[in-house]
Amino acid sequence: MNSRSAARAGAATAVANAAAPSDAHLAHEQRVARKAPPPHEGSASDIPRAAAAPTVAAATRSPAAETPRDAPAAATRVAGRQRWRRVALGLLLPVTALAVTEIAVRSGAIPSHLLPAPTQILDTLVDLGAHGLLGHIGASTLRVAAGFSIGAVLAVLLGATVGLSRRAEALLDPTFQALRAIPSLAWVPLLLLWLGIDEAPKLVLIAIGAFFPIYMGVASGIRGVDRKLIEVARLYRLSNIALTKRVLLPAALPSILTGLRNGLSLAWMFMVAAELIAASRGLGYLLSDGRETSRADIVLAAIALLAILGKISDSLMAAIEQRCLAWRDSYEGTQSP
Amino acid sequence: MTIALDIHIAEKRYGQRMVLRDVSLQLQQGEVVSLIGASGCGKSSLLSIASGLDREFRGQIKMDGAPLHGVSREIGFIFQEPRLFPWLTVAQNVAFDNDKDPQLVKRLLSEVGLDDHAAALPKQLSGGQAQRAAIARGLFTQPRVLLLDEPFSAVDAFTRMKLQDLLLRVAHEHRLTVLLVTHDIDEALYLSDRVVLLDGTAAPALTEFHPGPSPRKRGDVSAAALKAAILDSLHV
Repeated sequence: MNSRSAARAGAATAVANAAAPSDAHLAHEQRVARKAPPPHEGSASDIPRAAAAPTVAAATRSPAAETPRDAPAAATRVAGRQRWRRVALGLLLPVTALAVTEIAVRSGAIPSHLLPAPTQILDTLVDLGAHGLLGHIGASTLRVAAGFSIGAVLAVLLGATVGLSRRAEALLDPTFQALRAIPSLAWVPLLLLWLGIDEAPKLVLIAIGAFFPIYMGVASGIRGVDRKLIEVARLYRLSNIALTKRVLLPAALPSILTGLRNGLSLAWMFMVAAELIAASRGLGYLLSDGRETSRADIVLAAIALLAILGKISDSLMAAIEQRCLAWRDSYEGTQSP
Repeated sequence: MTIALDIHIAEKRYGQRMVLRDVSLQLQQGEVVSLIGASGCGKSSLLSIASGLDREFRGQIKMDGAPLHGVSREIGFIFQEPRLFPWLTVAQNVAFDNDKDPQLVKRLLSEVGLDDHAAALPKQLSGGQAQRAAIARGLFTQPRVLLLDEPFSAVDAFTRMKLQDLLLRVAHEHRLTVLLVTHDIDEALYLSDRVVLLDGTAAPALTEFHPGPSPRKRGDVSAAALKAAILDSLHV
């Protein structure tokens, strides 16, 4: 037995002894400890962070616990349970609010012409479903997709330019910061004057809404890249393009993705502003139509659809973010409140 | 013996503050030299200049007699922190310069004891393992000179000893000329053929100590006298 394997066996025995095990338990723990990635040279700071946790878990597990072969399946089951628990927790507040509203409206505590019961809104949605609701959803979604894409492409290009060049920052950033401060509705009259009431002003307004958070995310993300990583890259004599592609953009990705996520959520908001003013289709139009016909149920149905669509698109962005940033070593919160 | 790296710095300033003045240091081929000195004495500045990362100084760096202008593939640099790119695997970090030589990556990872961690992300490594990966990356361009800026200062004592032995082994196997900046006098005495005490603005700026022939033993009695002399020179 060489010194490394002797140290490893010794460590496994020490772990097993700490749990005061029976002979069978001892043998089991040694199997589990061997299954874990070997700590290099037996030193504390050389133990991989990811490997340390399973070893500790093995030391505290009961003899009746799963064998190492079952461990991945058990971990998947635990992760699945935690995911469902999170979903249930997220639904708790809206479901409670809906139930309370339903009771309050049905009992007459709240007049139904001002706040219809959730079941009545559901009936309205079913009714709208038979009368072109999908067309309204499709029109709004397409506007958001097109406006967001235009805004995102411009924001990434200009944000990267400003992030990479101090001269470009001096030239462009003050103007962009001033434009960013303009409220969305202030653009509407100008866009109607310039572009009429067709699709163009709506797309431009949505693009404006999406542009600024993405621009900020890209520019500040690049400026926030750790100088030490750039110093490493300089050792390889990378060209500016290669440095941007291989170091700056990947390092700025967390900030860029946050910007994209915020930009998408603002694109939905700006879409409503655009459709409220001049549209014959879309969820904003439904809102406007509901107000004009004093149908609070239609207004609330449109609001509910906006919430659902916004949540779906945000969840998609969050999934992309999680996938792209799997490398990030960041705080994930605790289970406790 | 041939001079692998010839460093002459006439003047290095940060704004009005003079950091290095009339510093000349020659490294023989295959020699391991440690640079020690008080905080702010210019050690890291000297290393940065020698690597080509810092070009704002008066003076000249020569490699094999030829002047160097900027960074060179012949000079590897290992920083105080591993500085691995967190979005790349260990193997991709090592092969950052050129991913077309997987065999070299495999060999280097094997040399530093990370064979099983090629596909791991930096967040999955311990401090010691990350610094091993950084050493493998520093060797990937197959440099002839290796510069190290307090590379083991962030790891625990046992890991530090292992990494010191690893450095000696790879320096020997790759026939490297090594310039190591450290605060640890014991480390300097154990690793180096020559220990150079730097006081960047004094005259003379460099004072040399010779720990004796390698291989050296940790805690050697003769090293204690040398350590006392170095501490005395540092006025500690």
